[in-house]
Amino acid sequence: MTTTAGTMRKLTYREAVREAIREAMHKDERVFLMGEDVGRYGGCFAVSKGLLEEFGPERIRDTPLAESGFTGAGIGAALGGMRPIVEIMTGNFSLLAADQIINTAAVLLHMSGGQFNVPVVIRLATGGGRQVAAQHSRSLEGWFAHIPGIKVLAPATVNDARGMLWTALEDPDPVLIFENSNLYNMEGPLAVEAGAVDIDRARVRRDGRDITIISYGASLFKALEAAEILAKDGIEVEVVDLRTLRPLDEATFLASVARTHRALVVDEGWRSGSLAAEISARIMEGAFYDLDAPVARLCTAEVPLPYAKHLEEAALPQVAGIVALVKKMVGGHG
Amino acid sequence: MTDEQIREVVLTILRRIAPESDPAALGPDDNIRRTLDIDSFDALNFFIRLDEELGVSVPEADYGRLHTLAEIVRYLAARVQ
Amino acid sequence: MADFCMPSLGADMQEGTLVEWLVKAGDEVKRRDVIAVVETDKAAIEIEVYEDGVVEELVVEPGQKVPVGTVLAVIRSEGEAAASPQQRREPAAGTGGAPVPAESAAIKVAAAPAKPEPAVSVPSAPGPAAARIKASPYARRLAAERGLDLSQLPGTGPGGVIRAADVAGGVAPQVLRPGTEQAAPVVAEPAPVPPAAAAPPAKDFQAGMRRAIAAAMARSNREIPHYYLGLRIDLSRTLRRLEAENLKRPIRERILPVVPLIKAVALALGEAPELNGYWVDDRFQPQEAINIGFAIALRQGGLITPALLNADLQSLDELMAALRDLITRARSGGLRSSELTEATVTVTSLGDLGVETVYGVIYPPQVALVGFGRIMEQPWAENGMLAVRPVLTATLAADHRATDGHRGAQFLDALNRYLQEPEKL
Repeated sequence: MTTTAGTMRKLTYREAVREAIREAMHKDERVFLMGEDVGRYGGCFAVSKGLLEEFGPERIRDTPLAESGFTGAGIGAALGGMRPIVEIMTGNFSLLAADQIINTAAVLLHMSGGQFNVPVVIRLATGGGRQVAAQHSRSLEGWFAHIPGIKVLAPATVNDARGMLWTALEDPDPVLIFENSNLYNMEGPLAVEAGAVDIDRARVRRDGRDITIISYGASLFKALEAAEILAKDGIEVEVVDLRTLRPLDEATFLASVARTHRALVVDEGWRSGSLAAEISARIMEGAFYDLDAPVARLCTAEVPLPYAKHLEEAALPQVAGIVALVKKMVGGHG
Repeated sequence: MTDEQIREVVLTILRRIAPESDPAALGPDDNIRRTLDIDSFDALNFFIRLDEELGVSVPEADYGRLHTLAEIVRYLAARVQ
Repeated sequence: MADFCMPSLGADMQEGTLVEWLVKAGDEVKRRDVIAVVETDKAAIEIEVYEDGVVEELVVEPGQKVPVGTVLAVIRSEGEAAASPQQRREPAAGTGGAPVPAESAAIKVAAAPAKPEPAVSVPSAPGPAAARIKASPYARRLAAERGLDLSQLPGTGPGGVIRAADVAGGVAPQVLRPGTEQAAPVVAEPAPVPPAAAAPPAKDFQAGMRRAIAAAMARSNREIPHYYLGLRIDLSRTLRRLEAENLKRPIRERILPVVPLIKAVALALGEAPELNGYWVDDRFQPQEAINIGFAIALRQGGLITPALLNADLQSLDELMAALRDLITRARSGGLRSSELTEATVTVTSLGDLGVETVYGVIYPPQVALVGFGRIMEQPWAENGMLAVRPVLTATLAADHRATDGHRGAQFLDALNRYLQEPEKL
């Protein structure tokens, strides 16, 4: 993207997602949005505020509190030639729609011998840190990244929030977009002419030579903040934003690790059987002889996320923890 | 025996004791122990060889007076038959 | 049937080059016979065999460099029937790329179904077997690319892991053996008298020794919690007796002052046996014999610490002869394997160059090092009288895992006592 500061503007992640939906609705009349409270209420996270008035109830559809039902309806609409955007209020409730996603959307192309593809896009808010307790704070994107047949995106920047949706809608297969709910209020720069972005490449968000931190979503910004602090101690951290959790763009993070020789994965998911575990294994497979230290992971403590603020903060990966771990990995005489 | 002959004998012995070093480069007033890195064992061997070659038995009490090539040649010249 | 293996001639040794066989297949050998010469990073060493028998087969050929533990030869015990080819043992596992003659490779295939007899290991080294070196994959790759030996590199990572920085730096830590702190030796050119014809050029040899010393001393400083004690000792009685004795002797029979010092150390160790032995497998393993490793500096740099075996049982004359022999062979090559592996404690004397006090670094797995400085005339007050006496500072560097300061103090006290009663030495 080539642009100058003069053509940049600032907007929130929430506004970026809303603009992306609005643009898609204008560009393609097959696109519609459905989900709980997306219409009259404007969305649980106010992402779709104003869209009902602009596009009418045919295309901005409030649904019953029945994730399995409306996700299945979305899949059916996609099979029928539409380009639905299904909003599952939060990833926590995706468990109720898991059968539709995993057992239907992900497999139909294969089970129909290539006759039926499912071009549905499912948006889900994800993550903890907002004091909404164990049932509403999960990071289940790693689970879905386990499933062949779907793509899993995790836009972290305003630019990706703005640009990934259209590319996802153009994709012939099911795409899940996990939007970390802590990011909706985040303001960031966006080029006036910003548009669709790729959904198959990771990005190096900061260059460094001493260690690579691999992260995505809200954790990306914790990694970047930690990198800033560590730079003052002379430790140069390279930060890779995965962007797409399935399929993983391992070429980008393997190349980075080959340069820095150390890797830390920061993932809000739990460690056991996690995406962080997968990345760690890929590094072992693809960059073993470049490693100067064991791959480290900083994940959420393996407890149901607590409600109490201080406990929740203690359970989630935090900047201080990243800084301490990196120092231990890079410094001598650990 | 001339001083020159004595000097030659001394240098030959030193070459055998400290083959890694270069006694020929030794100046007349250089401290031999320090310059050639000679320890007390080498020193004892040196005096044993002097005894064998020149028949001069140097008593322990005189060790302390013999630090340089010039001192040793002078000392021996006075005692060699 | 017993395997005669490449011995570990020190905790820092990983491999050695077989320079020469002194026996051939069919020769009879007796325990303690020297049957081979092995070149280590430090020196050419004569290797002894540890049982009587007949040389069945020479497995490794001269010039081959093999890891510690590799079978060099097979020795048949007396009375044992000659082995049929099917019973021949293959070189021990772990010899890696040790070249094996083509025929013996063929034998291996044929011999596969036959049961190998239990291996009898040759007890040659008191030290623990070489542990696997912990190094990061990247560090290993870098070291391989640069031809560096990991065992010679210091590990600065967690738990002593060798990391890329340790390889990239490629510099051994600035830990020197006492005795090497002297001014750079004057070396005009590479040593003209290498220990053996096959010896590598002096520079390689020195670099190898430097790395070996670096590895052992880095390990020492990393693992051994040292404590240090020092005692000034009035040597007038010992020296007076020695001078009187030497006056009566021809030059070649004179005894150097370091000899009674060594004898006194050996006798004092008899009273503090906890300082004589090895720290292996997290416990102290006392040694019956008192074998004193004597640090001998080599003029071209580096040092070697061969042992004076059973120093407590030898007279001063015997010790002097043994020491002269050791020093001569250390400097010209020809030390025996037992002399390099059997030291139970080390003595370092740096007095020749005027050093007053020695702060020693223990040679693992030993647990103590006794240091002697220069004998200097000093004012000395005794019984209310001031006098000038020859005074020596003796120091003890000891492993705090094995002993405490109290035991160390008892040792120095005993050392002093023996030096005040030279007739007992």
